[in-house]
Amino acid sequence: MSKVAMDVPAKGGFSFDLCKRNAMLAKDGVQLPPFRKTGTTIVGLIFQDGVILGADTRATEGPIVADKNCEKIHYLAPNIYCCGAGTAADTEAVTDMVSSQLNLHRYHTGRQSRVVTALTYLKKHLFSYQGHVSAALVLGGVDFTGPHLHTIYPHGSTDTLPFATMGSGSLAAMAIFESKYKEGLTREEGIQLVTEAICSGIFNDLGSGSNVDICVITKDNKEYLRNHLQPNPRTYVSPKQYSFTKKTEVLLTKITPLKEKVEVIQAGDAMEE
Amino acid sequence: MSIFEYNGGAIIAMVGKNCFAIASDRRFGVQLQTIATDFKKIYRVSDRLFLGLSGLATDAQTLFQRLMFKHKLYQLREERDMKPETFASLVSAILYEKRFGPYFIQPVIAGLGDKDKPFICTMDSIGAKELAKDFVVAGTASESLYGACEAMFKPDMEPEELFETISQALLSSVDRDCLSGWGGHVFVVTPTEVKERILKGRMD
Repeated sequence: MSKVAMDVPAKGGFSFDLCKRNAMLAKDGVQLPPFRKTGTTIVGLIFQDGVILGADTRATEGPIVADKNCEKIHYLAPNIYCCGAGTAADTEAVTDMVSSQLNLHRYHTGRQSRVVTALTYLKKHLFSYQGHVSAALVLGGVDFTGPHLHTIYPHGSTDTLPFATMGSGSLAAMAIFESKYKEGLTREEGIQLVTEAICSGIFNDLGSGSNVDICVITKDNKEYLRNHLQPNPRTYVSPKQYSFTKKTEVLLTKITPLKEKVEVIQAGDAMEE
Repeated sequence: MSIFEYNGGAIIAMVGKNCFAIASDRRFGVQLQTIATDFKKIYRVSDRLFLGLSGLATDAQTLFQRLMFKHKLYQLREERDMKPETFASLVSAILYEKRFGPYFIQPVIAGLGDKDKPFICTMDSIGAKELAKDFVVAGTASESLYGACEAMFKPDMEPEELFETISQALLSSVDRDCLSGWGGHVFVVTPTEVKERILKGRMD
Protein backbone atom coordinates (compact mmCIF):
# COMPACT_ATOMS: atom_id res chain seq x y z
CA MET A 1 0.00 0.00 0.00
CA SER A 2 2.90 2.37 0.69
CA LYS A 3 3.83 2.07 -2.97
CA VAL A 4 0.52 3.65 -3.96
CA ALA A 5 1.21 6.75 -1.85
CA MET A 6 4.69 7.09 -3.34
CA ASP A 7 3.85 7.15 -7.01
CA VAL A 8 1.87 10.38 -7.06
CA PRO A 9 3.55 12.59 -9.67
CA ALA A 10 5.63 10.12 -11.72
CA LYS A 11 8.38 11.80 -13.70
CA GLY A 12 7.47 9.89 -16.86
CA GLY A 13 9.53 7.25 -18.65
CA PHE A 14 9.77 3.58 -17.67
CA SER A 15 9.45 2.22 -14.14
CA PHE A 16 11.40 -0.94 -13.30
CA ASP A 17 10.07 -1.78 -9.85
CA LEU A 18 8.38 -5.04 -10.84
CA CYS A 19 11.47 -6.43 -12.63
CA LYS A 20 12.89 -8.21 -9.58
CA ARG A 21 9.59 -9.96 -8.88
CA ASN A 22 9.20 -10.96 -12.54
CA ALA A 23 12.76 -12.33 -12.66
CA MET A 24 12.01 -14.41 -9.57
CA LEU A 25 8.88 -15.79 -11.25
CA ALA A 26 10.86 -16.54 -14.44
CA LYS A 27 13.36 -18.54 -12.40
CA ASP A 28 10.45 -20.62 -11.06
CA GLY A 29 9.64 -21.59 -14.63
CA VAL A 30 6.91 -19.09 -15.33
CA GLN A 31 6.77 -17.74 -18.89
CA LEU A 32 6.07 -14.16 -19.78
CA PRO A 33 2.78 -13.80 -21.66
CA PRO A 34 3.08 -13.10 -25.40
CA PHE A 35 2.79 -9.42 -26.25
CA ARG A 36 0.51 -8.29 -29.01
CA LYS A 37 2.63 -7.99 -32.16
CA THR A 38 1.72 -6.50 -35.46
CA GLY A 39 3.00 -9.35 -37.72
CA THR A 40 2.56 -6.92 -40.53
CA THR A 41 3.32 -5.79 -43.96
CA ILE A 42 4.12 -2.06 -44.11
CA VAL A 43 5.36 -0.25 -47.21
CA GLY A 44 6.15 3.20 -48.46
CA LEU A 45 7.07 4.69 -51.79
CA ILE A 46 7.88 8.07 -53.26
CA PHE A 47 5.84 9.14 -56.26
CA GLN A 48 6.00 12.29 -58.35
CA ASP A 49 4.06 14.54 -55.95
CA GLY A 50 4.96 13.05 -52.57
CA VAL A 51 4.86 9.88 -50.49
CA ILE A 52 2.40 6.98 -50.26
CA LEU A 53 2.37 4.74 -47.17
CA GLY A 54 0.50 1.46 -46.94
CA ALA A 55 -0.18 -1.13 -44.23
CA ASP A 56 -2.27 -4.24 -43.57
CA THR A 57 -4.60 -4.32 -40.54
CA ARG A 58 -3.98 -7.57 -38.62
CA ALA A 59 -2.72 -7.63 -35.01
CA THR A 60 -1.62 -11.01 -33.63
CA GLU A 61 -1.08 -12.38 -30.13
CA GLY A 62 1.02 -15.48 -30.66
CA PRO A 63 -0.82 -17.46 -33.34
CA ILE A 64 -4.23 -15.88 -32.64
CA VAL A 65 -5.57 -12.84 -34.48
CA ALA A 66 -6.30 -10.33 -31.73
CA ASP A 67 -7.54 -7.47 -33.89
CA LYS A 68 -8.85 -7.89 -37.42
CA ASN A 69 -8.86 -4.20 -38.22
CA CYS A 70 -6.22 -2.28 -36.32
CA GLU A 71 -4.59 0.97 -37.45
CA LYS A 72 -0.90 0.73 -38.22
CA ILE A 73 -0.41 4.10 -39.90
CA HIS A 74 0.22 6.55 -37.06
CA TYR A 75 0.02 10.33 -37.17
CA LEU A 76 3.20 12.22 -36.33
CA ALA A 77 2.58 15.67 -37.80
CA PRO A 78 0.12 17.13 -40.33
CA ASN A 79 2.67 16.37 -43.08
CA ILE A 80 4.34 13.27 -41.60
CA TYR A 81 2.94 9.76 -41.00
CA CYS A 82 4.63 6.61 -39.75
CA CYS A 83 3.76 2.91 -40.22
CA GLY A 84 4.75 0.62 -37.36
CA ALA A 85 5.64 -3.08 -37.15
CA GLY A 86 6.80 -5.12 -34.16
CA THR A 87 5.40 -5.03 -30.63
CA ALA A 88 2.13 -3.04 -30.88
CA ALA A 89 2.50 -1.22 -27.55
CA ASP A 90 6.01 -0.07 -28.52
CA THR A 91 5.03 1.29 -31.94
CA GLU A 92 2.02 3.12 -30.48
CA ALA A 93 3.91 4.56 -27.53
CA VAL A 94 6.95 5.65 -29.55
CA THR A 95 4.90 7.32 -32.30
CA ASP A 96 2.64 9.07 -29.74
CA MET A 97 5.68 10.35 -27.88
CA VAL A 98 7.46 11.63 -31.00
CA SER A 99 4.22 13.22 -32.23
CA SER A 100 4.03 15.23 -28.98
CA GLN A 101 7.72 16.14 -29.20
CA LEU A 102 7.23 17.35 -32.79
CA ASN A 103 4.27 19.44 -31.68
CA LEU A 104 6.36 21.13 -28.99
CA HIS A 105 9.14 21.63 -31.52
CA ARG A 106 6.69 23.31 -33.90
CA TYR A 107 5.67 25.71 -31.14
CA HIS A 108 9.35 26.41 -30.42
CA THR A 109 10.36 27.06 -34.03
CA GLY A 110 7.09 28.31 -35.52
CA ARG A 111 7.68 26.21 -38.64
CA GLN A 112 6.32 23.09 -40.30
CA SER A 113 8.02 19.91 -39.01
CA ARG A 114 10.70 18.30 -41.13
CA VAL A 115 10.80 14.55 -41.72
CA VAL A 116 14.46 14.37 -40.63
CA THR A 117 13.46 15.86 -37.25
CA ALA A 118 10.98 13.03 -36.68
CA LEU A 119 13.65 10.59 -37.87
CA THR A 120 16.22 11.90 -35.39
CA TYR A 121 13.79 11.82 -32.44
CA LEU A 122 12.82 8.23 -33.27
CA LYS A 123 16.35 6.91 -33.78
CA LYS A 124 17.64 8.59 -30.63
CA HIS A 125 14.93 6.95 -28.53
CA LEU A 126 15.23 3.49 -30.09
CA PHE A 127 19.04 3.43 -29.93
CA SER A 128 19.07 4.43 -26.28
CA TYR A 129 16.98 1.31 -25.46
CA GLN A 130 19.37 -0.89 -27.50
CA GLY A 131 16.61 -2.66 -29.43
CA HIS A 132 14.53 -3.64 -26.41
CA VAL A 133 11.79 -1.25 -27.57
CA SER A 134 10.81 -3.44 -30.47
CA ALA A 135 9.49 -0.98 -33.06
CA ALA A 136 10.32 -1.20 -36.77
CA LEU A 137 8.99 1.86 -38.60
CA VAL A 138 8.47 3.21 -42.10
CA LEU A 139 8.46 7.00 -41.84
CA GLY A 140 7.22 9.16 -44.69
CA GLY A 141 6.31 12.78 -45.20
CA VAL A 142 6.62 15.90 -47.30
CA ASP A 143 8.26 19.06 -46.00
CA PHE A 144 9.63 22.15 -47.70
CA THR A 145 12.73 20.25 -48.84
CA GLY A 146 10.58 17.71 -50.69
CA PRO A 147 9.22 14.18 -50.10
CA HIS A 148 11.18 11.83 -47.80
CA LEU A 149 10.90 8.15 -46.99
CA HIS A 150 12.92 6.40 -44.25
CA THR A 151 12.99 3.02 -42.54
CA ILE A 152 13.95 2.76 -38.87
CA TYR A 153 15.03 -0.52 -37.26
CA PRO A 154 14.49 -1.41 -33.58
CA HIS A 155 18.16 -0.90 -32.75
CA GLY A 156 18.12 2.63 -34.12
CA SER A 157 19.67 2.34 -37.58
CA THR A 158 17.93 4.14 -40.45
CA ASP A 159 17.86 4.01 -44.23
CA THR A 160 16.64 6.60 -46.74
CA LEU A 161 15.00 4.98 -49.72
CA PRO A 162 12.72 5.63 -52.72
CA PHE A 163 10.62 2.57 -51.79
CA ALA A 164 10.67 0.52 -48.58
CA THR A 165 8.98 -2.43 -46.90
CA MET A 166 9.13 -3.70 -43.29
CA GLY A 167 7.52 -6.40 -41.17
CA SER A 168 7.06 -10.13 -41.58
CA GLY A 169 5.48 -9.62 -45.00
CA SER A 170 8.29 -7.35 -46.23
CA LEU A 171 9.78 -9.93 -48.60
CA ALA A 172 6.44 -10.53 -50.31
CA ALA A 173 5.85 -6.78 -50.69
CA MET A 174 9.43 -6.05 -51.79
CA ALA A 175 9.10 -8.61 -54.58
CA ILE A 176 6.24 -6.53 -56.03
CA PHE A 177 8.11 -3.25 -55.60
CA GLU A 178 11.35 -4.52 -57.13
CA SER A 179 9.58 -5.73 -60.24
CA LYS A 180 7.13 -2.87 -60.77
CA TYR A 181 8.53 0.32 -59.21
CA LYS A 182 9.71 3.17 -61.43
CA GLU A 183 10.44 6.81 -60.75
CA GLY A 184 7.83 9.45 -61.45
CA LEU A 185 4.73 7.36 -60.72
CA THR A 186 1.41 9.17 -60.80
CA ARG A 187 -0.93 9.13 -57.80
CA GLU A 188 -3.17 6.39 -59.23
CA GLU A 189 -0.23 4.22 -60.28
CA GLY A 190 1.37 4.70 -56.87
CA ILE A 191 -1.79 3.73 -54.97
CA GLN A 192 -2.26 0.73 -57.27
CA LEU A 193 1.32 -0.45 -56.67
CA VAL A 194 1.14 -0.01 -52.89
CA THR A 195 -2.18 -1.88 -52.78
CA GLU A 196 -0.68 -4.73 -54.78
CA ALA A 197 2.34 -4.91 -52.48
CA ILE A 198 0.20 -5.01 -49.33
CA CYS A 199 -2.12 -7.60 -50.86
CA SER A 200 0.92 -9.72 -51.65
CA GLY A 201 1.80 -9.55 -47.94
CA ILE A 202 -1.79 -10.22 -46.84
CA PHE A 203 -2.20 -13.34 -48.97
CA ASN A 204 1.29 -14.82 -48.66
CA ASP A 205 2.39 -13.94 -45.12
CA LEU A 206 0.62 -15.52 -42.16
CA GLY A 207 1.36 -12.59 -39.87
CA SER A 208 -0.46 -10.10 -42.11
CA GLY A 209 -4.08 -10.05 -43.16
CA SER A 210 -7.45 -8.34 -43.38
CA ASN A 211 -7.62 -4.97 -45.13
CA VAL A 212 -5.33 -2.43 -46.82
CA ASP A 213 -4.84 1.06 -45.35
CA ILE A 214 -3.26 3.78 -47.50
CA CYS A 215 -1.99 7.26 -46.68
CA VAL A 216 -1.09 9.70 -49.49
CA ILE A 217 0.96 12.73 -48.45
CA THR A 218 1.66 15.57 -50.86
CA LYS A 219 3.04 19.07 -50.42
CA ASP A 220 -0.17 20.71 -49.27
CA ASN A 221 -2.46 17.81 -48.59
CA LYS A 222 -2.75 14.41 -46.94
CA GLU A 223 -5.34 11.73 -47.50
CA TYR A 224 -5.81 8.85 -45.09
CA LEU A 225 -7.70 6.11 -46.95
CA ARG A 226 -8.66 3.82 -44.09
CA ASN A 227 -9.67 0.37 -45.38
CA HIS A 228 -9.01 1.44 -48.96
CA LEU A 229 -9.38 -2.18 -50.02
CA GLN A 230 -11.15 -4.97 -48.15
CA PRO A 231 -10.18 -8.18 -49.94
CA ASN A 232 -11.23 -10.44 -47.04
CA PRO A 233 -14.92 -10.01 -46.36
CA ARG A 234 -16.75 -12.50 -44.18
CA THR A 235 -18.31 -14.93 -46.62
CA TYR A 236 -19.90 -17.48 -44.36
CA VAL A 237 -22.63 -15.56 -42.56
CA SER A 238 -25.56 -17.88 -42.11
CA PRO A 239 -28.91 -16.19 -42.80
CA LYS A 240 -30.47 -18.26 -40.03
CA GLN A 241 -28.73 -16.68 -37.05
CA TYR A 242 -28.04 -18.19 -33.66
CA SER A 243 -31.19 -18.71 -31.63
CA PHE A 244 -30.77 -20.01 -28.14
CA THR A 245 -33.50 -22.49 -27.33
CA LYS A 246 -32.22 -23.15 -23.81
CA LYS A 247 -32.12 -19.84 -21.93
CA THR A 248 -29.31 -19.08 -19.47
CA GLU A 249 -30.26 -19.79 -15.89
CA VAL A 250 -29.99 -16.72 -13.72
CA LEU A 251 -29.40 -17.09 -10.00
CA LEU A 252 -29.61 -13.48 -8.95
CA THR A 253 -30.56 -10.16 -10.58
CA LYS A 254 -29.76 -6.74 -9.17
CA ILE A 255 -30.96 -3.61 -10.95
CA THR A 256 -29.34 -0.28 -10.14
CA PRO A 257 -31.03 2.71 -11.76
CA LEU A 258 -28.57 5.33 -12.92
CA LYS A 259 -29.09 8.97 -12.05
CA GLU A 260 -31.14 10.71 -14.69
CA LYS A 261 -29.34 13.38 -16.58
CA VAL A 262 -30.71 16.75 -15.59
CA GLU A 263 -31.46 19.04 -18.51
CA VAL A 264 -30.96 22.74 -18.01
CA ILE A 265 -34.02 24.38 -19.58
CA GLN A 266 -33.51 27.91 -18.42
CA ALA A 267 -30.18 29.21 -17.24
CA GLY A 268 -30.42 31.08 -13.97
CA ASP A 269 -29.70 34.78 -13.64
CA ALA A 270 -26.16 35.86 -12.97
CA MET A 271 -25.46 36.43 -9.29
CA GLU A 272 -25.34 40.03 -8.25
CA GLU A 273 -23.50 41.50 -5.33
CA MET B 1 3.41 -22.86 -17.18
CA SER B 2 2.41 -19.35 -18.16
CA ILE B 3 1.88 -16.75 -15.47
CA PHE B 4 -1.62 -16.17 -16.82
CA GLU B 5 -2.52 -19.75 -15.98
CA TYR B 6 -1.74 -19.29 -12.31
CA ASN B 7 -5.18 -17.92 -11.43
CA GLY B 8 -7.16 -18.37 -14.68
CA GLY B 9 -10.21 -16.42 -15.76
CA ALA B 10 -12.37 -15.24 -18.64
CA ILE B 11 -13.76 -11.81 -19.47
CA ILE B 12 -15.93 -10.66 -22.39
CA ALA B 13 -17.40 -7.30 -23.32
CA MET B 14 -19.92 -6.83 -26.11
CA VAL B 15 -21.57 -3.83 -27.71
CA GLY B 16 -25.30 -3.61 -28.33
CA LYS B 17 -27.68 -0.87 -29.37
CA ASN B 18 -26.95 2.08 -27.05
CA CYS B 19 -25.87 -0.40 -24.39
CA PHE B 20 -23.01 -2.73 -23.59
CA ALA B 21 -22.51 -5.88 -21.56
CA ILE B 22 -19.42 -7.04 -19.68
CA ALA B 23 -19.17 -10.53 -18.20
CA SER B 24 -16.65 -12.64 -16.31
CA ASP B 25 -16.41 -16.05 -14.75
CA ARG B 26 -16.35 -16.40 -10.95
CA ARG B 27 -13.47 -18.75 -10.17
CA PHE B 28 -10.52 -17.85 -8.02
CA GLY B 29 -7.93 -20.60 -8.02
CA VAL B 30 -4.26 -21.24 -7.41
CA GLN B 31 -3.11 -23.43 -10.30
CA LEU B 32 -5.36 -26.46 -10.17
CA GLN B 33 -7.03 -25.83 -6.81
CA THR B 34 -10.16 -23.67 -6.62
CA ILE B 35 -10.15 -21.38 -3.60
CA ALA B 36 -13.33 -19.32 -4.13
CA THR B 37 -16.35 -19.40 -6.43
CA ASP B 38 -17.56 -15.83 -5.99
CA PHE B 39 -14.51 -13.83 -7.01
CA LYS B 40 -15.19 -10.45 -8.59
CA LYS B 41 -13.14 -9.72 -11.69
CA ILE B 42 -15.21 -6.79 -12.96
CA TYR B 43 -14.86 -3.54 -11.07
CA ARG B 44 -17.13 -0.54 -11.31
CA VAL B 45 -14.98 2.54 -11.80
CA SER B 46 -17.90 4.93 -12.10
CA ASP B 47 -21.63 4.77 -12.88
CA ARG B 48 -21.12 4.05 -16.55
CA LEU B 49 -17.55 2.75 -16.71
CA PHE B 50 -16.55 -0.83 -15.91
CA LEU B 51 -13.14 -2.46 -15.82
CA GLY B 52 -12.56 -6.21 -16.06
CA LEU B 53 -9.11 -7.52 -15.13
CA SER B 54 -7.97 -11.03 -16.06
CA GLY B 55 -4.61 -12.63 -15.37
CA LEU B 56 -2.67 -12.69 -12.11
CA ALA B 57 -5.18 -11.81 -9.35
CA THR B 58 -2.70 -9.98 -7.13
CA ASP B 59 -1.65 -7.67 -9.99
CA ALA B 60 -5.33 -7.14 -10.85
CA GLN B 61 -6.09 -5.93 -7.33
CA THR B 62 -3.00 -3.72 -7.16
CA LEU B 63 -3.69 -2.19 -10.54
CA PHE B 64 -7.34 -1.61 -9.68
CA GLN B 65 -6.32 0.24 -6.52
CA ARG B 66 -3.90 2.46 -8.44
CA LEU B 67 -6.50 3.20 -11.11
CA MET B 68 -9.23 4.08 -8.60
CA PHE B 69 -6.76 6.40 -6.90
CA LYS B 70 -6.07 8.23 -10.15
CA HIS B 71 -9.73 8.25 -11.15
CA LYS B 72 -10.83 9.72 -7.81
CA LEU B 73 -8.20 12.46 -8.06
CA TYR B 74 -9.44 13.18 -11.59
CA GLN B 75 -13.02 13.39 -10.31
CA LEU B 76 -12.00 15.84 -7.60
CA ARG B 77 -10.05 18.06 -10.00
CA GLU B 78 -12.40 17.99 -12.99
CA GLU B 79 -15.69 17.60 -11.07
CA ARG B 80 -16.89 14.95 -13.51
CA ASP B 81 -16.31 11.29 -14.42
CA MET B 82 -13.60 10.24 -16.85
CA LYS B 83 -14.70 9.43 -20.36
CA PRO B 84 -14.11 5.77 -21.26
CA GLU B 85 -11.63 6.72 -24.00
CA THR B 86 -9.61 8.77 -21.51
CA PHE B 87 -9.68 5.96 -18.96
CA ALA B 88 -8.45 3.51 -21.59
CA SER B 89 -5.53 5.83 -22.36
CA LEU B 90 -4.76 6.08 -18.64
CA VAL B 91 -4.69 2.29 -18.24
CA SER B 92 -2.53 1.99 -21.36
CA ALA B 93 -0.03 4.55 -20.02
CA ILE B 94 0.16 2.87 -16.61
CA LEU B 95 0.80 -0.52 -18.21
CA TYR B 96 3.39 0.81 -20.68
CA GLU B 97 5.25 2.47 -17.82
CA LYS B 98 6.04 -1.08 -16.70
CA ARG B 99 7.13 -2.16 -20.20
CA PHE B 100 10.21 -4.08 -19.02
CA GLY B 101 8.68 -5.53 -15.85
CA PRO B 102 4.98 -5.70 -16.65
CA TYR B 103 1.87 -6.37 -14.63
CA PHE B 104 0.58 -9.80 -15.64
CA ILE B 105 -2.93 -8.76 -16.50
CA GLN B 106 -5.14 -8.20 -19.49
CA PRO B 107 -7.71 -5.47 -18.91
CA VAL B 108 -11.10 -5.09 -20.58
CA ILE B 109 -12.64 -1.63 -20.40
CA ALA B 110 -16.30 -0.97 -21.17
CA GLY B 111 -18.24 2.24 -20.75
CA LEU B 112 -20.88 4.60 -22.09
CA GLY B 113 -19.29 7.70 -23.55
CA ASP B 114 -20.67 10.93 -24.93
CA LYS B 115 -24.23 10.71 -26.28
CA ASP B 116 -24.51 7.29 -24.61
CA LYS B 117 -22.35 5.66 -27.24
CA PRO B 118 -20.94 2.33 -25.94
CA PHE B 119 -17.16 1.97 -25.89
CA ILE B 120 -15.20 -1.24 -25.37
CA CYS B 121 -11.51 -1.91 -25.51
CA THR B 122 -8.93 -4.44 -24.40
CA MET B 123 -5.15 -4.33 -24.08
CA ASP B 124 -2.28 -6.74 -23.81
CA SER B 125 -0.15 -6.71 -20.67
CA ILE B 126 1.94 -3.73 -21.82
CA GLY B 127 -0.87 -1.46 -22.89
CA ALA B 128 -1.39 -1.98 -26.65
CA LYS B 129 -5.00 -0.85 -27.07
CA GLU B 130 -7.42 -2.76 -29.23
CA LEU B 131 -10.58 -0.76 -29.86
CA ALA B 132 -13.24 -3.03 -31.25
CA LYS B 133 -16.70 -2.18 -32.43
CA ASP B 134 -18.25 -5.54 -31.66
CA PHE B 135 -16.65 -7.57 -28.85
CA VAL B 136 -13.43 -8.00 -26.92
CA VAL B 137 -12.23 -10.99 -24.90
CA ALA B 138 -9.48 -11.69 -22.37
CA GLY B 139 -8.27 -14.50 -20.14
CA THR B 140 -7.20 -18.15 -20.27
CA ALA B 141 -10.35 -19.10 -22.20
CA SER B 142 -9.72 -16.36 -24.80
CA GLU B 143 -9.25 -18.70 -27.76
CA SER B 144 -12.63 -20.37 -27.16
CA LEU B 145 -14.15 -16.97 -26.43
CA TYR B 146 -12.97 -15.57 -29.76
CA GLY B 147 -14.63 -18.48 -31.56
CA ALA B 148 -17.90 -18.32 -29.62
CA CYS B 149 -18.23 -14.54 -30.00
CA GLU B 150 -17.45 -14.59 -33.74
CA ALA B 151 -20.24 -17.10 -34.24
CA MET B 152 -22.85 -15.69 -31.88
CA PHE B 153 -22.42 -11.92 -32.20
CA LYS B 154 -24.93 -9.79 -34.13
CA PRO B 155 -24.71 -6.00 -34.41
CA ASP B 156 -27.27 -3.72 -32.71
CA MET B 157 -28.76 -6.12 -30.20
CA GLU B 158 -31.25 -4.95 -27.59
CA PRO B 159 -30.22 -5.36 -23.91
CA GLU B 160 -32.13 -8.60 -23.29
CA GLU B 161 -30.84 -10.28 -26.43
CA LEU B 162 -27.34 -8.97 -25.71
CA PHE B 163 -27.48 -10.51 -22.24
CA GLU B 164 -28.51 -13.87 -23.67
CA THR B 165 -25.76 -13.81 -26.31
CA ILE B 166 -22.95 -12.80 -24.00
CA SER B 167 -23.99 -15.34 -21.37
CA GLN B 168 -24.16 -18.19 -23.85
CA ALA B 169 -20.78 -17.22 -25.33
CA LEU B 170 -19.19 -17.02 -21.87
CA LEU B 171 -20.62 -20.25 -20.49
CA SER B 172 -19.91 -22.32 -23.59
CA SER B 173 -16.29 -21.06 -23.72
CA VAL B 174 -15.44 -21.54 -20.04
CA ASP B 175 -16.82 -25.09 -20.24
CA ARG B 176 -13.83 -25.80 -22.46
CA ASP B 177 -11.33 -24.28 -20.04
CA CYS B 178 -10.28 -25.95 -16.81
CA LEU B 179 -9.11 -22.75 -15.17
CA SER B 180 -12.30 -20.68 -15.54
CA GLY B 181 -15.96 -21.18 -14.81
CA TRP B 182 -17.93 -21.88 -11.67
CA GLY B 183 -20.70 -19.54 -12.78
CA GLY B 184 -20.85 -16.20 -14.52
CA HIS B 185 -21.24 -12.58 -13.54
CA VAL B 186 -22.82 -10.31 -16.16
CA PHE B 187 -23.39 -6.54 -16.14
CA VAL B 188 -25.70 -5.09 -18.82
CA VAL B 189 -25.49 -1.31 -18.87
CA THR B 190 -27.97 0.98 -20.62
CA PRO B 191 -28.22 4.78 -20.23
CA THR B 192 -30.89 4.38 -17.55
CA GLU B 193 -29.87 1.37 -15.49
CA VAL B 194 -27.27 -1.26 -14.70
CA LYS B 195 -28.50 -4.89 -14.51
CA GLU B 196 -26.17 -7.19 -12.64
CA ARG B 197 -26.87 -10.91 -12.96
CA ILE B 198 -25.24 -14.03 -11.58
CA LEU B 199 -25.42 -17.01 -13.92
CA LYS B 200 -25.72 -20.65 -13.04
CA GLY B 201 -22.99 -22.64 -14.75
CA ARG B 202 -21.19 -25.93 -14.45
CA MET B 203 -19.33 -26.11 -11.15
CA ASP B 204 -16.39 -28.09 -12.40
